[in-house]
Parts: sequence; C-alpha cells; structure tokens
Amino acid sequence: MKPISKHLAKWLAVLPLAFSLNGSLHAETVARYGISMADIPLTTGQPDRGAGAYQFTGHTLYDPLIAWEANISERPGKLVPGLATSWKVDPKDNKKWLFTLRKGVKFHDGSEFTADAVIWNLDKVLADKSPQFDAKQSAQVRPRIPSIASYRKVNDYAVEITTKEVDALFPYQLPWFLISSPAQWEKMGKDWSQVAMHPSGTGPFKLDKLVPRERADLVKNNDYWDKKRMAKTDRIVLVPIPDAMTRVNALLNGQVDLIETPPPDVVPQLKSAGFKLVQNVTPHVWPYHFSTLPGSPWTDIRVRKAANLAIDRDAVVKLMNGLATPAVGQMDVTSPWFGKPAFKIRYDLAAARALMAQAGYSKEHPLVAKVIIAQGGTGQMLSLPMNEFIQQSLAEINIQVSFEVVELENLYLHWRSGAAADMNAGKGITAINLGYVTADPFYGITRFVDSRYVAPNGVNWGSYNNPKVDALVDKIRTTFNTKTQDGLLSKVHEIMVDDALMLWVVHDVNPHALSPKVKEFVQAQHWFQDLTTLRM
Amino acid sequence: MLTYIFKRVLYAIPIALSVTVVSFILVYLAPGDPLNAIAPADAPAEVIQALKSAYGLDRPVPVQYGLWLLRAVQGDLGTSIASGRAVAGEVMSAVGNTLLLAGFAAFAGVLAGCVLGALAGYHRGTWIDRVATAVSVIGVSIPHYWLGLVLTIVFSIWLGWFPAMGAGPDGSGAWLWDVAHLRYLVLPALTLSVIPMGIITRTVRALVADMLEQEFVVALRARGLSGRAVFRHIAKNTAPTVLAVAGLQIGYLMGGSILVETVFAWPGTGYLLNTAIFQRDIPLLQGTLLVLCMFFVVLNLVVDILQPLIDPRMGRG
Repeated sequence: MKPISKHLAKWLAVLPLAFSLNGSLHAETVARYGISMADIPLTTGQPDRGAGAYQFTGHTLYDPLIAWEANISERPGKLVPGLATSWKVDPKDNKKWLFTLRKGVKFHDGSEFTADAVIWNLDKVLADKSPQFDAKQSAQVRPRIPSIASYRKVNDYAVEITTKEVDALFPYQLPWFLISSPAQWEKMGKDWSQVAMHPSGTGPFKLDKLVPRERADLVKNNDYWDKKRMAKTDRIVLVPIPDAMTRVNALLNGQVDLIETPPPDVVPQLKSAGFKLVQNVTPHVWPYHFSTLPGSPWTDIRVRKAANLAIDRDAVVKLMNGLATPAVGQMDVTSPWFGKPAFKIRYDLAAARALMAQAGYSKEHPLVAKVIIAQGGTGQMLSLPMNEFIQQSLAEINIQVSFEVVELENLYLHWRSGAAADMNAGKGITAINLGYVTADPFYGITRFVDSRYVAPNGVNWGSYNNPKVDALVDKIRTTFNTKTQDGLLSKVHEIMVDDALMLWVVHDVNPHALSPKVKEFVQAQHWFQDLTTLRM
Repeated sequence: MLTYIFKRVLYAIPIALSVTVVSFILVYLAPGDPLNAIAPADAPAEVIQALKSAYGLDRPVPVQYGLWLLRAVQGDLGTSIASGRAVAGEVMSAVGNTLLLAGFAAFAGVLAGCVLGALAGYHRGTWIDRVATAVSVIGVSIPHYWLGLVLTIVFSIWLGWFPAMGAGPDGSGAWLWDVAHLRYLVLPALTLSVIPMGIITRTVRALVADMLEQEFVVALRARGLSGRAVFRHIAKNTAPTVLAVAGLQIGYLMGGSILVETVFAWPGTGYLLNTAIFQRDIPLLQGTLLVLCMFFVVLNLVVDILQPLIDPRMGRG
C-alpha cells in the first residue's frame, strides 16, 4: 500500500492541468437578440434609427459624458456620471458648464480618453469644416444637443461647454452624445465607413463582427472602466428581424433567445410555451396632438376635454393584450413631472356628452375633424385598430373623425411642418397621431408647449401658445436645483393636462419576450436599455 | 442569325435607358422625405437643409439624374443615405443571396411545373389532370406571405426540421455548401417556387394538350413512333413557349420577393428594397431598381436569342 502523501503528490501534480482544462472549457455565454430594426444601427458613434437604437450600438460600444441610469427597473433612472466624473455650472456665467473628465479610461483600440477626444468628438458633429466632421452622425445628434454654442479644453481632463442661453436642462442632452476614438479614425484612414466596420469606443462591449442587415456580434470588454457595469454575457448577437411574426418564429424555433416588441396577438401563445414577457413603464405616449389654430374644431377646450373623457383606455390596453398602460397625461403617473392636474382624465361618457352639448354639438350637428395617422411603424403600436377604436369612441360623443392614412416617414414630414402648413391645414387636418418619446423634460414636455417651438422651429405642432407656460419654461431653464426644477416641470405638465392639449390614450411598455435560457434582463423605464444586465 | 442577335441587342439599348429614367424618377413620386433616413424625425430645418446640400438633393432632378447615370455606367451607384455604404456593394451582396434563393426556387418551380403540366396534358380529364390543375391553381392563388408563415409554423416550429429565418448560421457572408447552410434555403425556396410552378404547370398542360391534337402528332403515331419519340417531338415544340414563360418567371424570382424575403429575413434584393422603401433611401432604391430592371432586360434578351436556336423559324422574321 502506497503512503497517503504519495497519492496526494500525484493529485497535486495533475491539479494545474485540471485548472487549465477548466479554463479552456469555460463556455462562452451567448445571447442572440432579435431586434425589430431592418439593419444594424450606425456603429460609428451616433446610432441612427431613433432612441431605441442606443441600446444596441450606442451605450454598448460607447459612453457619453453624462450617462442615464439604465440598470434599474423599479424606478425611473436619473443622470449619472459617465466619462465625466462631475459637472457644474459656472456661478458667474450660467451659460458655462465645466466637466471634469474620468482619468485612466482607454478606448477599445488602446488610446487614452482625454479632453482632446471630447473636443474632437464635438467637432465631429458640430464643426462642419473639421476633417472628422461626419454629416450622418451630425444629423443624428445635432438636434439632440441644440443648446451647445461653443466649447474648449481647459486641461487634459476638463472641458468647458457654453450654451446659447442659460439652460439648466442642458445635462439631459448629453446622454445622447457619445464619444468615439480619434485614434481609430486615423487608423482607419480617416474613413467613417471603415470605422463603421471596426469601431472603437470606451463602452462595455466591443464590436467583434458586423454583417450589414444580418448580425452584429458584441463581445464583452474585459477592461471596461466601470467594474459595476461589466457585461454579464460574453457575447451578444444582434439579429435584425423587422417582421414581428418572423421575430416570434425565430424565438419559438430557438434561433434567438430574446426579442423586442412581440405582437400583442401572440402574447398568450408565448406565455403558454414558457416564454417570459418583460415590460415596464416606458417614456412614450400614444396621443392625438390637436391643432389649436383658429379654425380648428379643437380650439374649444370643452371639445378637447370631452375627447379625453370618451376613451375607455382599459379596453385599448385589452386590445393590446396588456402591452400598454392607460395614459392620463403626457407623462406616466409615476413620473416626477406628472404633478397634480385638476382635470382627471377617465372614461366618463356622460360627462363627455355633456361637454359636447355645451360646445353646441349634437347627433344632428356633429363635430367633423380629420386626423392624420400612420398605417404602422415604430412607436405607433397597433396603429390602425387603435385608431379605429378611437374613431368609434369619439363617434359616441358626436365627433366624426376621418383619417388621412400615410406611411410613417410621410407622417414625420407632416409633423415637422406644423399644423399651419398647407399640407395639414390646407387639407383640413387638425390633429396628428404620432407616438412621442417622453424621456426627458425637453422631449417629454417643453418642446410641445413652448410657443417658440412652433414649426418650423420645433415640434409644437398645434401652435399652442400660453404665456404662463412660456414663463414657466424660462424659469425651468434658469433653475439649477433639480427638486425645484421637477416642481416647475410638474406645474407645466399640470397645465398641459388641464388644457387637454392632446388626447392621451396609452403609454407603450416596450415589451420583450425572453426564452427560459435568459436568466436576467433588467428593463429600465426608458428607451435606453443596459444590455450589460443580460445574463444567460 | 447574327443580324437577328444584333437587332435584339440594339433594341435592348433604348429599353435599358428608359429603365434608368424610370428607376430614377419613380422614387421621387413617392410621398415622404428621403432625409428621414438619416435625420431624426424632429430635426430642425437647418439640419435638413445642410443634409440636402451634403447629399446633392438640393440640385434639380435632371442634373441629379445626369450625374447618377454618368456614375452608374462606370459601376458607381452612389452611397446609401441610410447606411453610408456603397450601393453597388450592397446590391451585389443582396443579388448574390437572391440568385441563390431564386436559383433553387426556379429549379424546383420549373421542374415541378413541367412534370405536372406534361402529366396533366397527357391525361386530360382524368384524376391526374384534376389534381395537377388544382395544385397549379393553388400555386398561383395562394398568398406568398401566408404560405411562408404556415410552412415556418409547421416545419420550423412544430417539427423543428428547418430554421425559421436567416441565410446561414453565421449570416450570408459565410455561406457554405453543406447541409447546415442548405437547411436555411428549403422553406424560402419552397415558398417562392409555388407561383412559377403553378404558371408553368398551366402553360405546359395547355401546350401539351394542344400538341396532342395536332396532325403531325397523329402522323408520327401513324408511322409507328414510340411514345418516347413522340414525347420528344412534343417537348421540342412546346419548349420555346415554356422557355419564354419560364424566363419571365425566373426574372420575377431574380427580382426577389419583398414578402418572402421579409418573412424569412433573407438578405436578398427584396429585403433590401423593403428597407430602402421604408427608409426613403433614394440612392439604394434607385440602384436596386436599376439592377433588377437590368436583370429583366438581359434575361429577355437571352430568351430572345435562345428561342430561334431552339426553333429556327423564329429567327427568320
């Protein structure tokens, strides 16, 4: 019989081999994500295809100076430090903002992140004479950072940005502005189409492979600077599948592990097959935006209120198989900017009919209005069935709505042009149905009510003009205390609701369907989602 | 014969030029703004104007056409507004994928159509004829989109035999001629093949039935020729018409099917067109339309040249 020590020695000898085998056998965790877009969004730094695209090739590959907290689901996120560790407004000149930058951050190509990179990236999208200027990236982000007037490097780790006017909401613009590597652009022959195939940011993922319109492989960046936001999956494969049924089929067949926006019709089937439906409060609203121009039937507040009281929102949610929540204002009731509107939006046909009668409308003399709608598309939910539902509901209170149905791209044109434009007013169109992103104070509230944003200056589509609201918006812009700012925003929202500026119907819930293989996915209350939370 | 070919090639030139005009102008007739492809929906007017200028969309349409045509004849179809990638590269990669799919669908559709049509023609009035006719009517009547979904549900989700979408485990760029990749072709090719199958079945049936009544067939039989020899004569006489019909059908298939390619997320020309249309990506739309229309022009030219080779009487006119 051999002594125990000899046995032990033998086992100790093979231990290193066992450990090395274990290491090499560590299987890569892969999540295949069926996304609703027809192509992979731009990978050069500023994603195209709207807010929803930032979760795919925006905040995965890149970081902003100020980030949005997207790894929590229980409450709305807030602004958090990104590549800037802190930011403050100059007390002497409130137009100047000083950003202190994070040290020790490296781009995926190994180059260092400094103030020069920030200035280079601002030039990339704002200075059309700079060699790195990219019209496409500029078009994506320029409308999102409208306040920037100028910028300068203070030192290697500090930059100063000056806004056109005093704008306390300016920090909310910065999660849209992402920083790409100047060194990589040089390395790729100063060619953005090459950078698109080999991008370099500072984000938690690197791009491993890109097949246009077919797939993009994001791999975990093991050297990511934010150790609390390390990716929980080694590889995420983004697969563009624009057709909703094809996405569902790919999920059921096991070709992908999760999909976004499953169609409401298949929700029961997915649930019964063991798939998990994840949804959350989402900054989105599906409204009819009224024209308040002279001649529009919606100028009478009683009519606007009556329309809001005529809709059974629970029935609309049922129509969506639960993939929506009732909207009783522009913002969700959980929003810090919802406030306490005096006008309580609810389903009350009797009250709606009474208001219509007061306004002089009856079965014999109905109100006739034309609404422009899209046949479908991103953010429009189940456009046609939902619009037909609204049409029937409004008919109950003697509002005869007819539709001008166009493609979504065409609807945007009508939207940008404003209610007064000939393409709208000239055709008798007095309301527009377009899903709105309501992610921040500007996007959710001020751009729709500020009289200075009437088209073509902005998207105050209906030419709403309320001096009291304009004064409040001015005050918000000069209020740097977040709590006071929230209070003022609530006041504006209360006025919006009390004035029944729109007919609010439902909020989207940004549904995702997950296969049982997906162990964790934190869905933030935002269009920005954090794919580092995805665990297989 | 050479004069005939020369004439056909000459006729193709004005057709090709007309095609370029139509491809270019057509996209401007659709409502919407091409800059929606790149600018967010709420982009201010100055951003839109700067983009129009950057992409040359502020020039008069005839000038844009002239510049586009000049570049197109040199093989440069411009740059996609939406992706920033070269249109020629995008279209060629999509054409490759569609050719693969269309090739299989055409082979299956034409073969099945010829077999079913010949059987039905030879056995007019019997149950074989009725079955073949029913299959062909279903083939031409059934909506592609619906059939694709049904086939996916049955063979992909219930039975798990074939993938539900895509063009290979790692995308079309890494295509290999093995079972793992060919599995991706089966359902979309089958879906796409039913219309040509139906049309060719009906054409062949009618032709064969008609030929069997012809005096030369009676004469052939009277001379004691075997059934196989008679069939050869019938096949040769029906071939020019079948070829013309098959050519058109293959042309349609080469054009890609927006619906089938979208249902199966097959990255071909139909899928590309779908993307380009919804994004108002004018250069991509124009480039894709041009290439697809040229397919038709060239395919018709090939058919025109092949027909007199099979039937010399056609070359004499």
